[in-house]
Amino acid sequence: MSKLILNRRKLLRAGLATAATLPLAGCDAFDFLTDRSNPVREWMISINGLTYRAQRALQAADQLAPEFSQADIRQGQKPNGSTDPDTPDYLSLKEKSFADYRLEVDGLVEHPTRFSLDQLRNMPSRTQITRHDCVEGWSTIAKWQGVPLRQILDQVGVKPAARYVMFHCYDALSRSLSGIELYYESIDLIDARHPQTILAYAMNDAPLPVANGAPLRVRVERQLGYKMAKYIRRIELISEFSQVGGGKGGFWEDRGYEWYAGI
Amino acid sequence: MTTTASEGRLILRQKRATRITHWIWAISLFFLIASGLQIFNAHPALYLGKESGFAYDNEIFSIDAMPWWLTIPSTRDLATGRVVHLFFAWVFVINLFIWFIASLINRHLRKDLLPNRKDVQNFGQDVKDHLRLNLVHAVRYSPLQKLAYGGVLFVLFPLIILTGLCMSPGMNAVLPWLPELFGGRQTARTIHFLVMALFVLFFIVHIAMIILAGPLNELRSIVTGRYRLSPRTKKEAAHV
Repeated sequence: MSKLILNRRKLLRAGLATAATLPLAGCDAFDFLTDRSNPVREWMISINGLTYRAQRALQAADQLAPEFSQADIRQGQKPNGSTDPDTPDYLSLKEKSFADYRLEVDGLVEHPTRFSLDQLRNMPSRTQITRHDCVEGWSTIAKWQGVPLRQILDQVGVKPAARYVMFHCYDALSRSLSGIELYYESIDLIDARHPQTILAYAMNDAPLPVANGAPLRVRVERQLGYKMAKYIRRIELISEFSQVGGGKGGFWEDRGYEWYAGI
Repeated sequence: MTTTASEGRLILRQKRATRITHWIWAISLFFLIASGLQIFNAHPALYLGKESGFAYDNEIFSIDAMPWWLTIPSTRDLATGRVVHLFFAWVFVINLFIWFIASLINRHLRKDLLPNRKDVQNFGQDVKDHLRLNLVHAVRYSPLQKLAYGGVLFVLFPLIILTGLCMSPGMNAVLPWLPELFGGRQTARTIHFLVMALFVLFFIVHIAMIILAGPLNELRSIVTGRYRLSPRTKKEAAHV
């Protein structure tokens, strides 16, 4: 029994020996965390839910993301993700300069509605110069003009059961053997009703370029770029996103990124 | 504890709260730096200003990629790097909060870290002692130790947290002045990276000093709290 009792010196020596092997093991010792269903990873993600709760507690619902001046626009908006969709539906719309485009708004709404681009352009708009932060780490500043999503939601009438707004897109960022996977994203109603959340049809005083999401993309200024779906086909009000796509609420979420991208 | 002529007294150097929070920092900084370098590899360039210049040049540093053995995970995986980084960011911040409250209560802040007049007087002598590697095991930190630990705890830790928050679009809405304070979001990101490099520098010096000062005694003081003092010379005894 006495053999099992280590004295402090032995304990220290054992600790040192263990510590010395750490650099040898290298950082691939933690590659098990790349497994999307690893329980340690899932536990970390659940703790990271603190970020969403803390930020929502600190933010007033209508608190604006910083806006910039005309002088801060020094370049175009760096396009990322899909930059030239080639799905047949999109190509035929693009061919006619989006004249046949109709935004569908449905799901948990009182009056499912289709909006033409002209209808959207004739609605009261908001213009904002904001900084776009990509999850990769870079930022660019641009001017965006569009219809506040809040107006659209008020017009179609959101049913009480609705909790999220889902954006279904025209672009396929991924092709697998099972077919193409169209981009999609979702935000909660707090962000959907935020004054800066707009369906943008213009960028830097010109019609929204194809590379940046023509004819319509969403701006969600208090989150990272991957939340701001481009090439929007349809907006659906939903109560939960577990039945859509991979079930995590968005294209990148299904690939391991967190649904809340306020950080 | 018995005191012999050749060995100094054995004292309780580090309180339990100091020891536990020290190791939580060591672990979380290891994961934060390695996962941070994974995130950096998604766009391995640093800029000065509000945005990243693509049509103009405000880039100050760029490389192809950090080597795989410095990143967690070792393969290119931004999503996992972010999960690990943001998790340990919470651990780091909560640990700092606990350490601060505990150190106020157990007087670690006032007794061990706060510089006093004697530290100013002894500063020159302490620099000389360190240059000669004449490292004395005393009850209290030396002026250079206070400077190094104080610099990490009260300058680098707040800087890394604040520049980290600057990168959060959600926090930008809450504290719009914060990125501006650092000269814009991209400058804040650059500072975040530089502070990380200073952590690595501190770690190297920290380990070197432990090895030079006697690794077993030093390590014991931060594991069990017990620390053997240098035997007191007559001259030193007279100064107390």
